[in-house]
Amino acid sequence: MELDPLILSRIQFAFVVSFHAIFPVFTIGLASYIAVLEGLAFKTKNPSWVKLSAFWTRVFAVVFGMGVVSGIVMSFQFGTNWSNFAQATANFLGPMLSYEVVTAFFLEAAFLGVLLFGRDKVPPGVHLFAAVMVATGTFISSFWILSANSWMHTPAGTEFRDGVFFVTSWSEAIFNPSFPYRFTHMVLASFLTGGFVVAGVSAWYLLKGREVEANRKALSMCLWLLLVIAPTQAVVGDFHGLNTMEHQPMKVAAMEGNWETSRNVPLLLFAIPDQANQTNRFEIGIPGMASFILTHEWDGEVPGLNEVAAEEQPPVAIVFWAFRVMVGLGLLMIVFAFAGLVLRAGGRYWQTPWFLQGLRLMSLTPFVAVLAGWFVTEIGRAPWLVQGLMNHSEAVTPSLTGGMALFSLIGYFVVYALVFSAGVYYLMRVLYVGMEDSDIDKEYESDRPKRPFSAAHVPFEIDDNDTHKPLNQGGH
Amino acid sequence: MGMLDLVLIWAFIIGFGIIMYVVMDGFDLGMGILFPFAPTEEDRDTMMNSVAPVWDGNETWLVLGGAGLLAAFPLVYTTILPALYIGVFLLLAGLIFRGIAFEFRFKASTSRYLWNWAFAGGSTLAAFAQGAVVGAYIQGFEVTDGVYTGGALDWLSPFTVLTGFGLLAGYALLGSTWLIMKTEGRLQEWAYRITVPLLLGVLGVFVIISIWTPFVDEMVKDRWFSNITIIWILPALTLICAFQIFRSVRNRFEGMPFVATLGLFIFTYLGLIVSRWPYVVPPDITLWDAASAYDSQLFLLIGLVFVIPVVLVYTAWTYWVFRGKVRAGEGYH
Repeated sequence: MELDPLILSRIQFAFVVSFHAIFPVFTIGLASYIAVLEGLAFKTKNPSWVKLSAFWTRVFAVVFGMGVVSGIVMSFQFGTNWSNFAQATANFLGPMLSYEVVTAFFLEAAFLGVLLFGRDKVPPGVHLFAAVMVATGTFISSFWILSANSWMHTPAGTEFRDGVFFVTSWSEAIFNPSFPYRFTHMVLASFLTGGFVVAGVSAWYLLKGREVEANRKALSMCLWLLLVIAPTQAVVGDFHGLNTMEHQPMKVAAMEGNWETSRNVPLLLFAIPDQANQTNRFEIGIPGMASFILTHEWDGEVPGLNEVAAEEQPPVAIVFWAFRVMVGLGLLMIVFAFAGLVLRAGGRYWQTPWFLQGLRLMSLTPFVAVLAGWFVTEIGRAPWLVQGLMNHSEAVTPSLTGGMALFSLIGYFVVYALVFSAGVYYLMRVLYVGMEDSDIDKEYESDRPKRPFSAAHVPFEIDDNDTHKPLNQGGH
Repeated sequence: MGMLDLVLIWAFIIGFGIIMYVVMDGFDLGMGILFPFAPTEEDRDTMMNSVAPVWDGNETWLVLGGAGLLAAFPLVYTTILPALYIGVFLLLAGLIFRGIAFEFRFKASTSRYLWNWAFAGGSTLAAFAQGAVVGAYIQGFEVTDGVYTGGALDWLSPFTVLTGFGLLAGYALLGSTWLIMKTEGRLQEWAYRITVPLLLGVLGVFVIISIWTPFVDEMVKDRWFSNITIIWILPALTLICAFQIFRSVRNRFEGMPFVATLGLFIFTYLGLIVSRWPYVVPPDITLWDAASAYDSQLFLLIGLVFVIPVVLVYTAWTYWVFRGKVRAGEGYH
């Protein structure tokens, strides 16, 4: 079998970036939630808010730490595997990525330490300010990254000369046509992620009867948030889709599994796209619905994949199914948000076991939905890396061999599997220990702070008697 | 502002970023390299504690350098990274393991030995890979029309293995002199003991590289033995620093060994730069060839003018807060 460095590099990039993306998507939402909790704690002095904020800050510390570790790899991927792409786009993407790193560094350097370790050391107002700044920093970071990514989908404000992009207008390049939609869609996705994770964990604690008052408050907050965000996300997603149809019609054609440009196109609920024969098998659809959604007319014209040659089409099956996974999970989220509203009558929302169990299971769905969404948008751009201007095979590092690419792919896979296992295991420990034990911080007072994970203060191994016995650490 | 100024300013910023990374991450990587040899487990705790507050700030310079290189000198980024593909992977894998070990070791009891290995192994791997990268850079790369055209393992040669060990010893030296400064008692005693052997190791590699380099690189040979005798001041200063380390260890000074080791690194680094100036990708790509568009450099510079001073002040402040000796079983608050 001939190893193809291009395919392997694409798999590697997809793997590394997916692995990295799940952390920020959670921390962006969580940082805002912590800022809100801090605000409430500051205003009302209610110990429940303090307890919640302290607990979720511990979780934030672990997830943020994993995001940073996996992020180091990202800044080198473009040069190692996509050097032609990096060379061509450096004039625009270089400053964008640098600004992202600088922002992240800035936020981490200045405010994260205060947020994680300053609760009892700085005035409450300063601590609140730090929480707000950390949340702001996460938004600014995602602003740069999503601007860079959007430009790859809808390049603007640049001129392609002799194989190199030159920026002609920074404002047009940064605020390129798909950026506002993508950014809004992503921020809402982060809020949904934060909301469903917090709701799921709170539901689990309520099922166990732990810290009922604080967790009831947290759950109530999340349900209100989700009630607003989940339907809004569907609307924003629709706008994003219309924008995509305008600039990347083949991506939409793949999402809809539509092979021929035509009118009155059905919305397919199920199909098996067959790229070799340029057709679907086993179609089940709602007549005219795709036309209606995309053009707001029942007989509107929807672009089809036959407008370009087969080798210029994205891999339809992956895009088609990833899109259905994303939308399906999105609808499920809306259902849960409304179920929460119905169960508010008589305060049943925090005492209904099936609902709480459901929320527990739902806590992982946003991650799947976010990754599915990224698969739709990124794979839907194929064969282009910069839409219409540079394709994958022009972008890959010329000197890269299949063997090298396989080596690094396996390597990253092994490294991340180990890191991820340790990280997730530890996160589970943090959740297991929970928020009851306010003494634990004092037990670890002699720990060296300033480390994201140090803020978690939870031993790595499971103790016999549940939680509250700190380990004998060296030198303590 | 002319075109020329920006390229030079960026060369200075990136050059500064790299040396910041090397000396700062150098001593905490050194901690990991020395880790398995430390007298006791308690000393290992102290060693880790001495760098815990600063190590990730130190590492951020690497990410900053990577992104900055892409923005300001894309051709350097896009020729050197493919050339060092395997080396870069090993470096990143080492840094990841080490970072995770930092987070989990203090929280572990039965699995602690695993984190010890992750910390020591990751640090050693990362340091060796960095040294090999430097060696590969001195060796030069096979570049045709701005694209790397060599093989996967060109960077791995007897020469780069030597520079790998050289930097391993160099980082260990930074680590041991850092310990002299930051600890007391048994651990400091041990650090004093290992510093001179490490220094001799570094100097040994240094001498071999100095003899070897003119043979692997015509250009450096011309530069060294041309009429610009002024550049001989750098190796001279390096040797003075080495002598200073030796002397200050003998006299039991606490801060001087570390300061002198910093000097050793800085002068070696400057020596490397002047040997090649103005070429950044050996053998024949200059700074100006490698630079990105003028307005891209300007666009990023505007932001960095505000950020870099803040980062520097914050870094200095962190070191100030965590100044003084680290004692076993006692943390900073």
